[in-house]
Formats: sequence, C-alpha cells, structure tokens
Amino acid sequence: MSNIVFDNVKKSFDSGLQVLRGISLTVDKGESHIILGRSGCGKSVLLKCLLSIFELTDGDIFVDGISVKDKKRRGEYMRKFSILFQGNALFDSMTILENAMFGVKQLGKKNAECKRIAVEKLEAVGLDESVFDLYPAEISGGMQKRAALARAIAIEPEILLFDEPTSGLDPITGGMICNLLRDTVRKLNVTALTITHDLKVAEFLADRASVLNDGNIVWTGHTKDMKNCGNEFVEDFYRASNVILDNKLR
Amino acid sequence: MNPIATLGHYTLETLREIGRVAIFAAKGLKSCFVPPFFWREIFRQIMQIGFYSLPIVGLTAFFAGVVIALQTYVGFTRFNAEGAVATVVLITITRELGPVFAGLMVAGRVSSSIAAELGAMKVSEQIDALMTLRVDPYKFLVAPRIIAGTLMLPILVLICDIIGIMGGFLISVTRLEFSIGTYLAQTMNNFVMMDLVSGLVKAAFFGFTLVVFGCYYGFNSELGARGVGNATTNAVVFACICIFILNSLLTALFFGI
Repeated sequence: MSNIVFDNVKKSFDSGLQVLRGISLTVDKGESHIILGRSGCGKSVLLKCLLSIFELTDGDIFVDGISVKDKKRRGEYMRKFSILFQGNALFDSMTILENAMFGVKQLGKKNAECKRIAVEKLEAVGLDESVFDLYPAEISGGMQKRAALARAIAIEPEILLFDEPTSGLDPITGGMICNLLRDTVRKLNVTALTITHDLKVAEFLADRASVLNDGNIVWTGHTKDMKNCGNEFVEDFYRASNVILDNKLR
Repeated sequence: MNPIATLGHYTLETLREIGRVAIFAAKGLKSCFVPPFFWREIFRQIMQIGFYSLPIVGLTAFFAGVVIALQTYVGFTRFNAEGAVATVVLITITRELGPVFAGLMVAGRVSSSIAAELGAMKVSEQIDALMTLRVDPYKFLVAPRIIAGTLMLPILVLICDIIGIMGGFLISVTRLEFSIGTYLAQTMNNFVMMDLVSGLVKAAFFGFTLVVFGCYYGFNSELGARGVGNATTNAVVFACICIFILNSLLTALFFGI
C-alpha cells in the first residue's frame, strides 16, 4: 500500500488556461478516496499530473515519498500505479486476453506465466473464455470495463486509479461495476483514488471524498457529511446531484 | 494586420514546426536502437507497410514503365533516337520514378493510416494507457513503424523497378515493334549499379520520412474526429512535399550536380 501527497499542485496550459490552482491533499495508505467535481473542473488533469502524463507548472506530488519530478526514480514511481481509464483505453489491435497480458509482459515474465495471470484476472472480474479471443470493439461497454480492470489489476499495483468508472454505462451495469471495483479494492488491499462527478458512485466507493471546484479543493471529508458541511458549493453540488437522481427515478 | 508581421509570424511558426518534427524524428530514431524491441509489432508493421503496399506500388510502377516507353518512343522518333527507349525506361525508373512513385503511393496509403490510427489511439487514451503500463510509446508505436518503413521501402522500390522495367519492355515488344533480344540487351548493357543503389537509398529516406510524418501528426492530433482528420491530411501533404525536397537533394548529392 502507498500514500499520495499532492503539495500545492498547479497546472496551466500553453493557451494560458490555469486548470489547477494549488491542490494540496493527502490520500492515506489503504484509503479509498474520491475526487468529486463538475465536468471540466480539472479532475482528469489532476489524475494525469499524478501519472506524470502532464508536467506540473508548480508544486509537487509524492507517492511514498517519491516525487513525480524525480526522473531517476520514475520507474519505481510508475510501478505503483494502475488506472482504469474513462473510455477503458483497451488496445484496439489486441484481443481481450492480449490486452490483459500486455502489462504483465512488461514485467519480464514468461509468456505462459503472463497468460496464467491474465486468465486469472479476467475470470476474477467476471469474464469467461468466450470473450478472450475477441477484440474490444466486439464486446459490450460493461465487458470492456471489466477487461480494462483486469488489465489494471494484472500488474498488481499498490494504487488503483479510476477515472469516471461508470461513465457511459447503464445504471444496472454501472452498479455492477461499482460493486466489482469496491470488492477488488478490498480484496487487493490497495490505495484507491477515484475521479467522478457521480455522487452515488462516491458514496458507494469512498472512505473520504474531496470536492474540486475552479482548480481548488474546496472540501474534504466523509461523503455522509457533505449535505451539511457548511460549504455553499459542496451543499449545492450535493443537492443538485440528488435532484437529478430523483428526476431520473420519476 | 501588417503583412510583414504576418509573414514573420508564419515563418517563425514554420521553423518551430520543423524543429518539433526534427526532435520527434530524433527521438523516434533513437528508440529504434534502444531495447526493448517489440518484434511482433515490427513484423506487423512490415506486413502493413511493405507487403500490403505491394499491389498498389506494383500497379503504379507497371503503368509508369508503359507510359515512359510510349512517350519516349513518340518523342525520340522525331530525331531518330527511338532505339534509346530501353535505356531511358531503365534510367528513369531506377533513378527517379521508382523511388518517387513508390514513396508517394506509400505516403498516401501508410502516412494517412498511421496518423489516423495513432490519432484515434490518442483520443481514446490508449497512448496514455501505454505510459501507465510502463511502455514507452516511442518504442512501441514509433520505432516499429520507422524500422518497417525504412527497411521495406527499398525492397518495395526494388520490386517496383523490376515491374516498371517489365512494363516498358512489354509495351515496347508488343506495340512498338522492338525485338525482345535487342530490348533486353540494351537494358542489360546500360544497367549501372549506382542508378539502382541511389534509388534504393532514396527509398530508405522516403520510408523514414513518410513514417515520421504519420507518427508525428498522429501523436499531435487534436481531440475529436476533426482533429484526427486534419492529422491525416497534414501527414500525407507534408510527407509528399518532403519526399520531393529530399529527392532533389539526394539526386544532387548522388550525381554531383
């Protein structure tokens, strides 16, 4: 298990757009933390900064004390993560089994061992061998999400990152995926960081949540305390989420 | 806006873009020599860039040979030099048209497909996924394509040269009343190894160039269908322009003009 520390993280783009304005946050070892916020508030940018896909404009991120800026320890830093992307990001040119094997192969394991691990993880997320030889485009969105999760956990990360894990899924499949994610995090005993705008997902998955607005963390705490936390934006966000949910039910 | 300022702006932007492409090409080239090597990807790209381009390149070469023979015959008849048709076909195909036509056809077919594929991978976060799985996208996506393009273009051009010369030969003996023996003898007698080698070296440069442009524009594709479409167009246009520029430079270099 690992902890993550965001220390005054700022990110601007060449266009001059400042997306993150000084994020400071600690995710403890073994914690399942959610970052909530409206679309376009910088949640995914924060995740990409953590993964060093984007360079920070200022501040630093530490994972178990290793800085995202430490190029000498980049391999050690990156080995701690695995991510379930919003759009799954399965490789189109590979079958489901090859996708699940891909990350394991990079660890230098033999082909038979990679295959054994990949099959084990695919079965653990509820996929059977009828889909192993199919390509991502040939299976449903829910199955793709499961396959992407299998690929993510196959490399035995210490930190699992989930970017909008239920986006694009119907409510039933979304619920099944949420259950699967929660069970996976508990079973693997990993630190988890989830990014979502869906309050129900947050309440279901999180130990603690942080709310991101206008490039800043405006509140951190337990999701059950959101309703009356005293922060106007957070309370509005909570109420709006529930109104939308109520309207959906009607 | 001040026209001089506008001109300056576009000049600087063009130079910046050239710089970015050059850095990308250098990174891609470096990744071809540093392990790990993704052999399966290299083989897949060899098939994609080399083998599957063969029909279209072969067809182009055949008709290029036919047209050169016909045009040369018509033109040279005016000053009784029609006997030089075989030599002209041989030199034109091996030195120029073989590599240039093959380069352009493969640029149209391959640069566009590379840009579209990598652009779509970028949009769907597959390139980010590679990074999170500790795979250098340059080594997995760029290096195999550069290796395949640089190795396969000369082979394609060699085949293209043979087919082009055969095209000229067939039209000459069937329509222009050349005797098979004379035509073949003339072709063999005027064959110079340097002509062939210069064409193959050019092809290697063209292969490298067209792949680099495809990869560069794919990697830097803007998000959305329009972004991928623009990346595809730019890859083909700039690869073709670069092939013509390189062809001029290499011709001057090889033949000391």
